[in-house]
Amino acid sequence: MLAYILRRVLYALPILIGVNLITFALFFVVNTPDDMARMHLGMKRVTPEAIERWKDEHGYNMPLLYNAESGGLDSLTETIFFEKSVKLFAFQFGQSDSGRDIGHDIRQRMWPSLLIALPTLLLGLVVYLSFALLLAFFRGSYIDIGGVVLCIILMSISALFYIIGGQYLVGKMLHLVPISGFDTGWQALKFTILPVLIGVVAAIGSNGRFYRAIFLEELGRDYVRTARAKGTSEPRLMFRHVLKNAMIPVLTNIVVILPLLFMGSLIMESFFGIPGLGSYTIDAIQNQDFAIVRSMVFLGSVLYILGLLLTDISYTLVDPRIRLS
Amino acid sequence: MTIPTKQLGGLLGLCWLLLAGCGDQPWNSPYPASDQDANIHYSSFEERPKHLDPARSYSSNEVVFLGQIYEPPLQYHYLKRPYELIPRSAEAVPEPVYLDAEGKALPADAPADAVAYSEYRIRIKPGIRYEPHPAFARDAAGDHVYHDLDARALEGRHSLQDFSRTGTRELVAADFVYQIKRLAHPGLHSPILGLMSEYIVGLADYAATLGRAWNELKQEAGDSDGLYLDLRDHPLAGAEVIDRYTYRIRIQGRYPQLVYWLAMPFFAPVPWEVDYFFSQPGMKARNLTLDWYPVGTGPYRLTVNNPNLEMVLERNPHFRGETYPTEGEPGDREAGLLDDAGRSIPFINKAVFKLEKEQIPYWNKFLQGYYDSSGISSDSYDQAIKVGEGGEVGLTEQMRDKGISLQTAVATSIFYMGFNMLDPVVGGDSESARKLRRAIAIAMDYEEFVAIFLNGRGVPAQGPIPPGIFGHRDGEAGINPHVYDWVDGRPQRKSIEEARRLLAEAGYPGGRDAETGSPLVLNFDTTGGGPDDKARMDWLRKQFDKLDIQLVIRATDYNRFQDKMRNGTAQIFQWGWNADYPDPENFLFLLYGENSKAEKNGENAANYRSAEFDRLFERMKNMDNGPRRQAIIDEMLAIARRDGPWLWGFYPKSFGLHHAWLKNNKPNLMARNTLKYKRIDTDLRKRLRREWNAPVVWPLALVAGVLVVAVVPAWIGYRRRMHMRGRRD
Amino acid sequence: MMPVILWTDALVWLLVAVIVLSGFYMRSKPHLREPWQRVIRSRTGMSALVVLLAFVLIGLLDSLHFREALPDQTQGGEVHYSGEVMSVFDKLVGPLRTRVEKTYSAPFSAWLYMKEMVERPDGSQVLDYPRLEHGAAHLADPVTERDADIARRLGLATLQTLLCMALLGLATAALVARRYRLDLRAALGLSLRGGTALPLPALLLTLTVLIWLLFAAVNLAGAYHVFGTDKVGQDVFYQALKSIRTGLIIGTLTTLIMLPFAVLLGIMAGYFRGWVDDVIQYLYTTLNSIPGVLLIAAAVLMMQVYVDTHPELFETMAERADLRLLFLCIILGVTSWTGLCRMLRGETLKLREMDYIQAATAFGVPNFVVILRHILPNVMHIVLIAVVLDFSGLVLAEAVLSYVGVGVDPTMNSWGNMINRARLEMAREPMVWWSLLAAFIFMFTLVLAANLFSDVVRDAFDPRLREQRG
Repeated sequence: MLAYILRRVLYALPILIGVNLITFALFFVVNTPDDMARMHLGMKRVTPEAIERWKDEHGYNMPLLYNAESGGLDSLTETIFFEKSVKLFAFQFGQSDSGRDIGHDIRQRMWPSLLIALPTLLLGLVVYLSFALLLAFFRGSYIDIGGVVLCIILMSISALFYIIGGQYLVGKMLHLVPISGFDTGWQALKFTILPVLIGVVAAIGSNGRFYRAIFLEELGRDYVRTARAKGTSEPRLMFRHVLKNAMIPVLTNIVVILPLLFMGSLIMESFFGIPGLGSYTIDAIQNQDFAIVRSMVFLGSVLYILGLLLTDISYTLVDPRIRLS
Repeated sequence: MTIPTKQLGGLLGLCWLLLAGCGDQPWNSPYPASDQDANIHYSSFEERPKHLDPARSYSSNEVVFLGQIYEPPLQYHYLKRPYELIPRSAEAVPEPVYLDAEGKALPADAPADAVAYSEYRIRIKPGIRYEPHPAFARDAAGDHVYHDLDARALEGRHSLQDFSRTGTRELVAADFVYQIKRLAHPGLHSPILGLMSEYIVGLADYAATLGRAWNELKQEAGDSDGLYLDLRDHPLAGAEVIDRYTYRIRIQGRYPQLVYWLAMPFFAPVPWEVDYFFSQPGMKARNLTLDWYPVGTGPYRLTVNNPNLEMVLERNPHFRGETYPTEGEPGDREAGLLDDAGRSIPFINKAVFKLEKEQIPYWNKFLQGYYDSSGISSDSYDQAIKVGEGGEVGLTEQMRDKGISLQTAVATSIFYMGFNMLDPVVGGDSESARKLRRAIAIAMDYEEFVAIFLNGRGVPAQGPIPPGIFGHRDGEAGINPHVYDWVDGRPQRKSIEEARRLLAEAGYPGGRDAETGSPLVLNFDTTGGGPDDKARMDWLRKQFDKLDIQLVIRATDYNRFQDKMRNGTAQIFQWGWNADYPDPENFLFLLYGENSKAEKNGENAANYRSAEFDRLFERMKNMDNGPRRQAIIDEMLAIARRDGPWLWGFYPKSFGLHHAWLKNNKPNLMARNTLKYKRIDTDLRKRLRREWNAPVVWPLALVAGVLVVAVVPAWIGYRRRMHMRGRRD
Repeated sequence: MMPVILWTDALVWLLVAVIVLSGFYMRSKPHLREPWQRVIRSRTGMSALVVLLAFVLIGLLDSLHFREALPDQTQGGEVHYSGEVMSVFDKLVGPLRTRVEKTYSAPFSAWLYMKEMVERPDGSQVLDYPRLEHGAAHLADPVTERDADIARRLGLATLQTLLCMALLGLATAALVARRYRLDLRAALGLSLRGGTALPLPALLLTLTVLIWLLFAAVNLAGAYHVFGTDKVGQDVFYQALKSIRTGLIIGTLTTLIMLPFAVLLGIMAGYFRGWVDDVIQYLYTTLNSIPGVLLIAAAVLMMQVYVDTHPELFETMAERADLRLLFLCIILGVTSWTGLCRMLRGETLKLREMDYIQAATAFGVPNFVVILRHILPNVMHIVLIAVVLDFSGLVLAEAVLSYVGVGVDPTMNSWGNMINRARLEMAREPMVWWSLLAAFIFMFTLVLAANLFSDVVRDAFDPRLREQRG
């Protein structure tokens, strides 16, 4: 098991290097270091000397990928790419181009993200499973058909409408919760209610249908027929057998996204003014802060790979027949 | 069936949570219940301030904070108009003494070319003390406690609150000199170093000296972290300490605009202890820098600096004390602006600035009473304002019912559309190009633009100088005769026929090249991407369509746009300027040939160059305001209007909305240190907030009811199903 | 008139050709033909298809572009063209495009949404809402006449629809009569009872609704702004109609672009295994692990740089906007092909162990022939389902990307841009809600139809294939 995990971690390295190379290439085609300097120094009265000095100070005065002036190995290491990427692998994100400690910012901002994402996931799971179970129980009846049609209708509405509508209705018309914003400590709770609620409602359509499909598949299996033949009551069958067995695909599905919860949701966070990692990333793109963008991409990739690893492990845990090799 | 009850339970739980979390204040209050009676001013910021170092900060969103914290020698009078400089930390507004090349004093009316230097002697008020700060903390032996920190001592310290001991010190003249020297610090990139080097004696050389010293230091240490360049060891001829409370600034020639700079944070005092404190190794890596933690003598100090969430200013316990102005403009007394005359300021204990990126939530929170005033140029004014007869603006009924008051002022800025004068088609000094520009100037209906896109929040411009700045003329004498006629006591845009005639004379009858017949295609360069941009672009095209000119809009990201401007490859573009100080020089220099953007990287974005204009500009810029200066300015404006390098665009109006509980509001576009004059009626605020935000609960009950109703058929279906199964078994 | 072929136009018509060809291909393959016949028999499926086809028709008409010649001024000189690119659709709806007001006006309103100085008959000036130049301009007194006028026009539309449907019903009955060898009367009865293989009643009902909407639009849009006007006075109904093309292109071209890669690489990875598999897996895991929005943002900005540095390549605005759209499709394709690729890889891994494929390789049949002959046809249903399922997701994604600021060109009509602008309009008082409503209705209808259709297709092709999340 340990050896397997180790191998998977090693396997992740080339992926991370690839990710780094792609983001690096994309970003520097768009932004030359000169652009970045100008952006950070402000708009009014910027002299070329100031730009040179800024680049010098932030380590952007070297060639991008290949340094023709120095020989040997140095031609690869004395470059912006090498300098800026190597430290990432040790999770030293360094300073953003505006001089803030990125690691500190990430540690600070991941909690608000999590505070929105985790309740959305958990509450969502309860709601979707209940809803899907209801539909599966009444499969074929008008309740089921109506539910599926409702799902399709809900699915066909853009997430933006849910957010705009929810904010308008609950926040502005009904005065039930603050429209947007965030606070520290317990005060933060009242700010999470609306985003979590909207997050859950917006995904009822697709998730309800997805879980219903899983339940229906379980209901078609042999053991269900056997249990039914033995006279197990329908509710007992649903809750004891079907729900339990359906949890395997459901849970493994969730494990993949667990680590990514830290990354937050780009749109939700910027609409509700939540200082999480999602809005951090959007701001960085808009402010062209390469250091932050690169760090976030790297973090996202690491978390994604971690999610895959967790999935593999969770498979073996729920189903001992699967062996890791 | 358990599911609906589960959801119901969830809802009930939510309600409980709401109630528990909010105490007795409205449910939707974004603030803690314990603060509802506190004397706190609530405001917002849209983007995290990039620099809070007074040597670096140059943006209006930063000066909102710095203006309250740092005290430069001078400030603008809060109430009087035209803007008047009064002392702040200085004893008096300094008068320059003119010196000739040998250093001998000259009379005040000496001819400009005889003046080699001007000297400003600034005496500061004694007894002013800095806010409490760890950099000043001393132990029993009198040594600074936190001046000898190493990496281990910094362990676990991430903000200034993590340093338990603080101290203070009296403000001395040397601190002002220290800051002027910092403008030349190679590690700071002060945006005004280039400009000030032209004026402050020896500053350019000083920057070079510091650069060398800095490099030596860096080479010795091998790293730029934890280096302290002691500016006290390097004298600067242009800024010297005379005694404990007096210093002097020496300027090349004459530069009457210097006093305006003395009201900006660039010339605020910075104590060396603080600079030293933040220069210790490891500080920068922990976000502990002077760029993040300003240290001043002003009425407020920054106690929370979390740009991801909020910035908090709190009363500086060591503030020197100041009183509310006792006189103002006529009308101020009637408006209640002098009710607090002579009282000790500041009134407000604490100011909380919340990060608020999106317009709509911000605006809604203002309406709900959670922000005391609304920013200066928000789009949501549409909701608040209606345009009255004759174009004057007033509040809508809804706003007036809430007791919101409106204040308007024409900003000291201009948004213009420029032609790149280096362009072969629209640029150049030929008569035909001039006619083409004039035709476009007539076609571009800025009156409509202001009505549609700004809801009247602007005044179409007749020239580069906005109202309120010396040199601007109202009435018939002030119109641009090439675009407007004076009809019935107001300017009227010339007819589109006139524009078409000019276009034909320029060689493009009907928008087609007279010789080849090919259509005239012009390019408009802009930064695009905002949701409102499409409408703006469509409107622009509509204007050019009037002349049958095809307009191609080249929208790019900001960087590319900047590149185009710098390389002089743009054709037509939109640009704006916000005044640094209320002097015509600060606007006319935008057309000065030596400031050409493409050639000299200056601020003359149109790359306009007229020998006559430039000659007059050089004469005008250092003159004192008076009829002679006005005459020269009139002449310059006539030249600029004739050549038409800009469509003069419009002067934006800044609108301020204030709730009834916020007192002493008067728009002051130059002063940024206005927080100390404001007062809040907290009882009124509490009452109104509660009135406006009564929660509407019945929809919740409705949702719960619907869920319950939904259970019934499910239950019936369940029973039937069980029944059927029972029979089948 | 000079035809203009935009990149996306060319690809759209290519796509049409591909669909027609694959239609013929599938007719000849029983394992693909039968599921389609199931789709055809489904009431929901056919109704959804009719709605989708209506959208597609508008989209296709809007994909035939040209530039009009300017009136000639120099005798015998070369012909010069207008810089404005028009489409056949623009020509058809002519007045919708040109009847521009000054600024906002509400749906069916006769007045502007902004007060202005209006001259009274007696010469005095007063601040009031001015009448619109075009909307309800034919009415002398809109307050009293408008409702009656609208009702009259709707009544007319109903009459026209009834007439049209009567003809259509007769024609259908005639066809049914020939097919089932019945007399006309019996055929009509059979059709209306739903006794035919095609679900005729549902089909006719959907058509009735669509045709009524068409006539209603034709009758009303000529005289009113059905969905009001936007900030610079353009008709919102027209914008929403123009946005159809953008939505369809994002939904279809993205798939068209990513399909070859996903199919080729997925099958190769599963078939060859070994290092090919490793490389392909590496490729898609790497791409997959980059947050999608970031990749899209960077790529779209990059394209913008290219456009800016090569202005000579683009004669018109439309071409610039079009390239951005194409690029958006490409980059969306790059980020979305991995899922299909992985599925195909898995399926191929299974297939290659089948006896007949083992036999074929044993006989030395070249690999690409095996892939083309045996594997590709057997994974076609997965591809088909993926394509149909992706469509609605992509249409929705466009709106979100435009919100983030990396969507289609801001000058282009798209639902995302409309929603994005509407956010600012929602803050006005009184609120400007019609742009949002128009975008919502059109987007919802298209996505709903697509979802219903894809549901039917999926059920028909593989009732057990589990729905992919996301």
